[in-house]
Amino acid sequence: MRRFLRPLATAAGMIVVFTVLLGLAYPLAMTGVAQVLFPAKADGSLVSLEGEVVGSELAGQVFTSPAYFHSRPSATTPAYNPSATTFANLGPNTLALRDAVDGYIAQALALERPHNPGLRAEDLPVDMITTSASGIDPHVSVANARLQAARVAAVRDVPEGRVLELIDDNTEGRSLGFLGESGVNVLLLNLDLDRLAGPPARS
Amino acid sequence: MSGNGIAQIVVFLLVVTALTPPLGIYMHRVLENRRIPGVSRVLGPLERLIYRALRIDPAREQGWKAYAGAVLAFSAASFALLYAILRLQGHLPLNPNDYPGMSWHIAFNTAASFLTNTNWQFFGGESTLSYLSQMAGLAVQNFASAAVGIAIMAAVVRGFARRGSGDLGNFWADLVRVTLYILLPIAVVLGIALGSQGVIQTLDDPVTYQTLEARTLGVTGEDGRPLTQSIYRGPVASQVAIKHAGTNGGGYYNSNSAVPFENPTPLTNYLELFWEVVLAFALTYTFGLMVGSRRQGWAVFAAMMTILVVAIAVVTPLEQRGSEVLQATGVELSATGDQAGGNMSDKEVRFGPVSSALFAAVTTGTSTGAVNAGHDALTGAGGAVPLALMTIGEVAPGGVGSGLYGMLLFIVVAVFIAGLMVGRTPEYLGKKIGAREIKLTMIGVLVVPIGLLVMLAIAVTTSAGTASIFNAGPQGFSEAFYAYASQWNNNGSAFAGYGATEFSATMGGIAMMLGRFAPVLAVLALAGALSHKPVAPFSAGTLRTTTPTFVATLIFVILLVAALNFIPALALGPIATELSGSPF
Repeated sequence: MRRFLRPLATAAGMIVVFTVLLGLAYPLAMTGVAQVLFPAKADGSLVSLEGEVVGSELAGQVFTSPAYFHSRPSATTPAYNPSATTFANLGPNTLALRDAVDGYIAQALALERPHNPGLRAEDLPVDMITTSASGIDPHVSVANARLQAARVAAVRDVPEGRVLELIDDNTEGRSLGFLGESGVNVLLLNLDLDRLAGPPARS
Repeated sequence: MSGNGIAQIVVFLLVVTALTPPLGIYMHRVLENRRIPGVSRVLGPLERLIYRALRIDPAREQGWKAYAGAVLAFSAASFALLYAILRLQGHLPLNPNDYPGMSWHIAFNTAASFLTNTNWQFFGGESTLSYLSQMAGLAVQNFASAAVGIAIMAAVVRGFARRGSGDLGNFWADLVRVTLYILLPIAVVLGIALGSQGVIQTLDDPVTYQTLEARTLGVTGEDGRPLTQSIYRGPVASQVAIKHAGTNGGGYYNSNSAVPFENPTPLTNYLELFWEVVLAFALTYTFGLMVGSRRQGWAVFAAMMTILVVAIAVVTPLEQRGSEVLQATGVELSATGDQAGGNMSDKEVRFGPVSSALFAAVTTGTSTGAVNAGHDALTGAGGAVPLALMTIGEVAPGGVGSGLYGMLLFIVVAVFIAGLMVGRTPEYLGKKIGAREIKLTMIGVLVVPIGLLVMLAIAVTTSAGTASIFNAGPQGFSEAFYAYASQWNNNGSAFAGYGATEFSATMGGIAMMLGRFAPVLAVLALAGALSHKPVAPFSAGTLRTTTPTFVATLIFVILLVAALNFIPALALGPIATELSGSPF
């Protein structure tokens, strides 16, 4: 009997030691370090407007007004919900995916074609017609943002050249010059846009 | 694929290879109980304090039964505590969203999942867990289950290396030393690096705010009030660091490493990928040092790396080429100057198809199971790659420790088959492989595929099982196949449409426990049997196990076992998805 009880007693003690050391002391110490070294990042890279939090650099938001750059399609409920991130999980060769993509294409064409005459489905960047993995992707591709520039410039009544400059300012390049892909941060871009042209008029 | 895409992959593999020897040497010192300059001075007193408090004699050697008994006792205690925390979190502190305790079946599945290093997730962290459950429940097992894997590997290798003693080391000492000297320092360094890039690390409550459009245009949500977002926070960086370094893979958030709060930049993506693969490779070097022949270590490294490289080379162009549905739209799927193209369904812009495909291969080549893209949306043939990497038994390079002891089982099979072919007595590292060793090896190799196929058959033929399936057609079969391949092989990634029911959660929990402990017991018993054997001198009649021929034979054996077991299932699932001309 002792042969079986002794290891169990040691095991129980060990998991308590692990929990105190690795489950409490370690994360608390790491929190202390992070809060001293990079407090803004440790708190979630929050972005403020006139002293109030309006978003995070790391979480995309829904934009519905034509006066703003729009984010990618999102599978969360409601869209861009950081409290319930999710994939869309539609198989690569399914009718469900085809219907969803057709819907995203129709939406994009309806929104952009008036400002991009002759725009066809095959001209759309692929990230504009697909859901992201997190459902809160903060970025769109540079091609995606540039396609939207004509509409945003027209609605805001600012020169398209200025809007394209804002896109460049908010493009985050590859890490170390070669890792991953570059992308345009939609929230930061829209905040810059508001600074340039003033907040959009309420309809 | 673009030149930049190839550069990302080649640099990654070169850095992993370059760091295999130094990390292997370091871990050898830890497992051989040697002093480590600098580190021992800091952590030595803590190590000795733990031994004293729990009355452990670290020098007392255990035979295979005592070692296995200690493993099982520790795992049982781990299960009990984690299950209790998950069930009782509603009454415990650090629960800012007042989440109730988990239901019994999800708590059972989750406790089984994290103690077996699987990290399969039938829950979304941000919508169900308290901060305490994450840090004192899940993250503790991220350390512990990884340390258990490396400890078992060390015991098994000692069985191969030692001459006739029967002793495999002391589990408690291995567990403590691996945790303190290997996993904890890596987690601290990686956690700070991740934090510097934007991974959250705070104990403050979730933050809620009105979105930009709500403030400027008065946009409202469904409830008629201004649209808000709420960000669930907590000690993320500290947990994500060990989630990768320990080949665990359990996401702090539901969408795992796709969520910017746990993987904000391509650089953090590469750090996470690097640390989830490098220890498993470096342990091959440790193995070489423990058995006194670095060439033996490199032979194992070569077999693991060859399979992984082939998998990366297959899946990356498939994801760049795009899915059938996206091809039919006519949009640009090649990378151009201002967009990355590819199968962007359930992928993030900052990662694009290349970093996502590389991640999919590495996370399933190791037994990590973290994801930075939705695997359910991988192309048909692309999705077959992670499935294949799991069903070969998680040995390319597999989980920390578990990949190497899994590979040793395949090596025994390869030595046996090669020995039969050339008419020599099968032996490995000077130990003769007899009938008992082969029986134990076959148990270790075959329990998982057989159990997997039986459970898969039940899951796709009963209404209780098919209730979990989300997608139509062969993709639905693939979801079930992936779920049981992932859980039986302790990977943890998913075709995430597959849903949680009492049935799937219970079956999955049993799968993860059997998938972990059946091979562990078999391989420890094998090590015990081998440790009693004398070492035969190397002679002209000895089958050499460091040649390219043997490495090729070993790879062939691994693929053969998987192919014989899983070709029909692969044909019914991902291959049918790929070859079907029209969507279903």
